[in-house]
Amino acid sequence: MDTQSYFPVQAGVGMEENFLSLDDILLSHERLPVRTECTFPRLGYLEKSSDAHDIAEGSKMELPLWLSKGLYERKRRVLSVELPKVYREGWRTVFNADPNVVDLHKMGPYYYSLGSQMLHFDSPENPDIAGTLLQTFIGRFRRTMDSSQNAYNEDTSALVERLDSLEKGLFRSGQSGLNGFQSWEKGQATQITASSLVLNYRKRKINDLQP
Amino acid sequence: MFCEKAIELIRELQRMSDGQLPAFNEDGLRQILQEMESLYEQNQSDVNEAKSDGRAELIPSIKLRHCCLLRNQRCVAAYLYDRLLRIRALRWEYGSVLPANVRFHMCAEEWFSQYKKSLASFMRSLGADGLDITQDMKPPKSLYIEVRCLKDHGEFEIDDGTVILLKKNSQHFLPRWKCEQLIRQGVLEHVMS
Repeated sequence: MDTQSYFPVQAGVGMEENFLSLDDILLSHERLPVRTECTFPRLGYLEKSSDAHDIAEGSKMELPLWLSKGLYERKRRVLSVELPKVYREGWRTVFNADPNVVDLHKMGPYYYSLGSQMLHFDSPENPDIAGTLLQTFIGRFRRTMDSSQNAYNEDTSALVERLDSLEKGLFRSGQSGLNGFQSWEKGQATQITASSLVLNYRKRKINDLQP
Repeated sequence: MFCEKAIELIRELQRMSDGQLPAFNEDGLRQILQEMESLYEQNQSDVNEAKSDGRAELIPSIKLRHCCLLRNQRCVAAYLYDRLLRIRALRWEYGSVLPANVRFHMCAEEWFSQYKKSLASFMRSLGADGLDITQDMKPPKSLYIEVRCLKDHGEFEIDDGTVILLKKNSQHFLPRWKCEQLIRQGVLEHVMS
């Protein structure tokens, strides 16, 4: 296994986000349809469609997750967040029927993480959403694990393209374990290799120098 | 919508997910700080107005701007921390001396030299004479190893004083601890017999 030196902050698990994780920051940038339950004076310029000075009560907007989470209050005075399509009744029945056929990358690359974050908004469908997320993951996990452990030295793009980002991370760790084991079997485990970071820098230098 | 510049910085880092260090986006950082300043000033004036005139309906806007400030703060902190982790990786991959093109992308050498010093003093404190923990990243099987040169690297002196000329494609039988650094940098190649 190539020894790795760069250890980025991992994404949080479940309903918690890791403050410094790049994945969590990109995830919380996703937009959600919301409906304002009170006015926001002097912020009318955020709403592209109207020219009002304030954001009126009851206007429908698309706000990023981080803003919705920050403004949401249990007493429901400020915002009400609608579920994105993928977490609603219709799609939930599809997921419950057969989780393996769905292209999770197209459904938003952060299906599981965003779904877990949606549980913060106290929708009455929360138990169903949580149940669907879990069952989908359980249904798909076997295939991801099998394919990551058996695809050695081949092009894996067809296997990976329908996976959500969490599953892709799992696939990658499976692959790196497989590669490590295979290189150990061949006796290459003690061979000192050039660090991949160094080689990438060198490739980049050559590209930089070319006009 | 606010905080667009901040997310751009994060995306820049995410694009290089293998751990390479991109150029320091000083401009971007300055824009984010300016946005934070203007948000803060708007909030200050609104808070004063809400307190003095008792206009409680301004509070949701104040809260929104505050969320944006916190978001910008989070993005900047994550950006700097991730760069720090990448610079740390450089010390473990490249050794103490960084080549010029890599150093160019760091904004200030400060943290890197501090980290080097901490690491060196830690290594000195281990065992009797100190222990170089950046060596032997894979379990060693022998003291001496066979290496082949991948590019011209000039002259190389080993412990007993003999000087070896590293020319492309020449093979040598050298002590492991001397060549490990060069192999990781891609100058030599470890030949398994």
